[in-house]
Amino acid sequence: MAGGRSEVNILMGGEAGQGLQTVGEILARVLVRSGYSVHVTQTYESRVRGGHNTFAVRCGIQTVRAPRETADLLVALNEETVVLHQRDLSPEGFILADASLAMKDERVIPVPLKELSSDSYTNTAALGAACAVLGLEEEVAQRTLRDRLGEGRPKVLELNQEAFSKAYAWSVGQLASPLKLAPALRSEGRLLMTAHEAIALGAISAGVRFCAFYPMSPSTSVPMTMIRWADEMGLVVEQAEDEIAAVNMCIGASYAGAPSLVATSGGGFALMTEGVSLAGVTETPLVVVVAQRPGPGTGLATRTEQADLWLVLHGGHGEFPKAVFAPGSIEECFHLTRRAVELAERYQSPVFILTDHYMADSYRDTAPFAVEELPFVPAVADPSELEAPYLRYRITKDGLSPRLLPGLSGNLVVADSHEHTEDGHMTEDLSVRPRMVDKRMRKEDGLRAEVIPPTYVGDTPPEILMVCWGSSRGIVEEAAKILESKGRRVAAMHFSQLWPLIPEQILHRLEAAERVVSVESNATGQLAGLIRRETGFCIEERILRYDGLPLTPEYVIRALDA
Amino acid sequence: MNSRVTLEDYGEFKTAWCPGCGNFPILKALKEALVGLQLRPHEVLLVSGIGQAAKTPHYLNANVFNGLHGRALPVATGAKLANPGLTVIVESGDGCVYGEGGNHFLAAIRRNVDLTLLVHNNQVYGLTKGQASPTSQEDFVTRAQPHGVFSSPFNPVAVAVVMKAGFVGRAFAGMTDLLVGLIQEAVCHRGFALIDILQPCVSFNRVNTYAWYKERCAPVPETHDPTDWEAAMRLAMEWGDRIPVGLIYRNDRPSFEEHIPVLKDGPLIGRSVDRSKLASIMETYV
Repeated sequence: MAGGRSEVNILMGGEAGQGLQTVGEILARVLVRSGYSVHVTQTYESRVRGGHNTFAVRCGIQTVRAPRETADLLVALNEETVVLHQRDLSPEGFILADASLAMKDERVIPVPLKELSSDSYTNTAALGAACAVLGLEEEVAQRTLRDRLGEGRPKVLELNQEAFSKAYAWSVGQLASPLKLAPALRSEGRLLMTAHEAIALGAISAGVRFCAFYPMSPSTSVPMTMIRWADEMGLVVEQAEDEIAAVNMCIGASYAGAPSLVATSGGGFALMTEGVSLAGVTETPLVVVVAQRPGPGTGLATRTEQADLWLVLHGGHGEFPKAVFAPGSIEECFHLTRRAVELAERYQSPVFILTDHYMADSYRDTAPFAVEELPFVPAVADPSELEAPYLRYRITKDGLSPRLLPGLSGNLVVADSHEHTEDGHMTEDLSVRPRMVDKRMRKEDGLRAEVIPPTYVGDTPPEILMVCWGSSRGIVEEAAKILESKGRRVAAMHFSQLWPLIPEQILHRLEAAERVVSVESNATGQLAGLIRRETGFCIEERILRYDGLPLTPEYVIRALDA
Repeated sequence: MNSRVTLEDYGEFKTAWCPGCGNFPILKALKEALVGLQLRPHEVLLVSGIGQAAKTPHYLNANVFNGLHGRALPVATGAKLANPGLTVIVESGDGCVYGEGGNHFLAAIRRNVDLTLLVHNNQVYGLTKGQASPTSQEDFVTRAQPHGVFSSPFNPVAVAVVMKAGFVGRAFAGMTDLLVGLIQEAVCHRGFALIDILQPCVSFNRVNTYAWYKERCAPVPETHDPTDWEAAMRLAMEWGDRIPVGLIYRNDRPSFEEHIPVLKDGPLIGRSVDRSKLASIMETYV
């Protein structure tokens, strides 16, 4: 193609322990540094060595925000990858593999990876060959290798750089670069990060100071990112003895005045729900990240699903206000986490962020966040401005009681999980009960007034309106765009905030469409169910995926046309 | 504000306890200990779970977090890490701390956060009306255990000593002077401090009564060296005709907070986000 390709989908495969993730991440970074947009999808098995893993980098000159099923370049670090993914290759696709695998498929570009590098560095050699095939500049790649592998291990870096150079030079000399990318359109300086990195950084930027967690896939990358920057940014991150301890530690830290975040997955969240309810009744700010994976039970530990919406919506016994977010992009991960922290602090309530395995590991490019301008106003009252005596749960018009921190003034801060009087002490005075319930629930009025409406892209009124939430935003929007280009009148509506759900924000959209379809990674259509419960509108058509793999635009289109 | 702290500062409140309950002398001892230490109510945070003992924080002036059954220790841990300036005392019963919260008890000993844990150990569940607790002795008959308790009792003091907790004491609610002194030592200890307080339950424990404890509880011998771990283990295991009460074991391992570099700059609260550092962190994602 003259001028190069506007988009290439690279699928790298190998077994755990082959450094697939390392070279995959470096390739994605080289692409972003070269001015391309990237979208990464990772699949792996629940094991540390062996098995079969993939790292797919879809890249292009235009913004890429969804996976694609067919690969243009299959980078095979082992034979199994060739065998398993031959069928995924697009008609004009190639396989980049060691020369010894040339017999396996006529589309193999036989690079003598093993001859060009010593044993541990064939992955970097494959990276060198891939960069050459895509027409990327060696200087950018070498700089990236240095940044990612250079620290403290000069010998390792040297061997990596050598393997890269040899494979790159060989490939440039031997191959006609059939998959060369068109010149990039973006400026330098864009960031590459995963959803969970963006959530952790968003939390830090908003003033979160404490995080507790119990390791559980796929949530662990949130606290791991926070640990990475804890000393520099002044955070304490503690690995708790279990999820119950994790949530209660966060509640304790938050009560004492450190904005707190806890991250877990569905099973861990199930254990945390009593703590969530405690945050509700004690009116303690709390941010909970729930990174979904397929259940029930242990389910599929390293696969993806969106089946915990109802769990989170109803997590915690009793009635108390809350907000639930489900970011659909890196930018939303960052900004909605900031919003979650702010709302939790302001409304003295638990706030949830739903992600999933697909999104957690999905590296994407984003414009830098203007961190110098991001405000944070701690929502703690000034004791000198308060009416005496101080009452932690003073009954107010908007339900918000001025919050003081223990130990910082002569006032006593009394918080209680029992129903309590305004001073925080337990009570069985049943005339107090409805007044306290009403006070707490009045906070929901405030939360309702601040709900972020779903984003809507496409035709109005459309023939087909696809409704989705969380991680599938880019996927559904791309499916809509493809259908639009074929002359269909299609729109996509994405919910990045799922609770409170405001009927007036959506009903007119739903009613205007000829066909409404919910697109979700679960078996029961949980968003569709929620919409019906809250608006009475029944979305009968559903595209549901629950085989553990992420939705794709192709999957959605096939299901729509079926 | 510079006046001396007195018992009046800690107040006098109506309780929901049975007349004659062992909680009364413990509450009295706690107040006396805090006054003795000249701590002001607003400098103290009392964290509790659920149970009759866990109501204690409501009966004196202090900051209070009365949380969930079994979960007082994690709340206290989070609060102390957020603001190490608070004097944090956890107050709950044997069911709450050793039963529902058993994992947190073990983790708190290992972590060694600077907390004082006062366990009102009456060897029975009072609030739920008389079921066996983790410390109930074998053969103890209840309406829930009509054939008697089959499980062997949990020995919190021995467990704490075997795990080399920073400070391990055993006390008896009927010996308040000893308890007051022990609470003061525990609060001053830098690190995790456990006091297992033997406490009669006048409603549901007809075996381990005031008289039963009085006959058995005796101060640890003056010759006992609490830093001698083996001697401490022997005292911790003593539970029969004689039950030693007092400081059983202590060591000076550094507290959890002392290991955390971030806390060397003061508490986590009230800090603003260092935006220029954040901006340079963002650069690493380019």
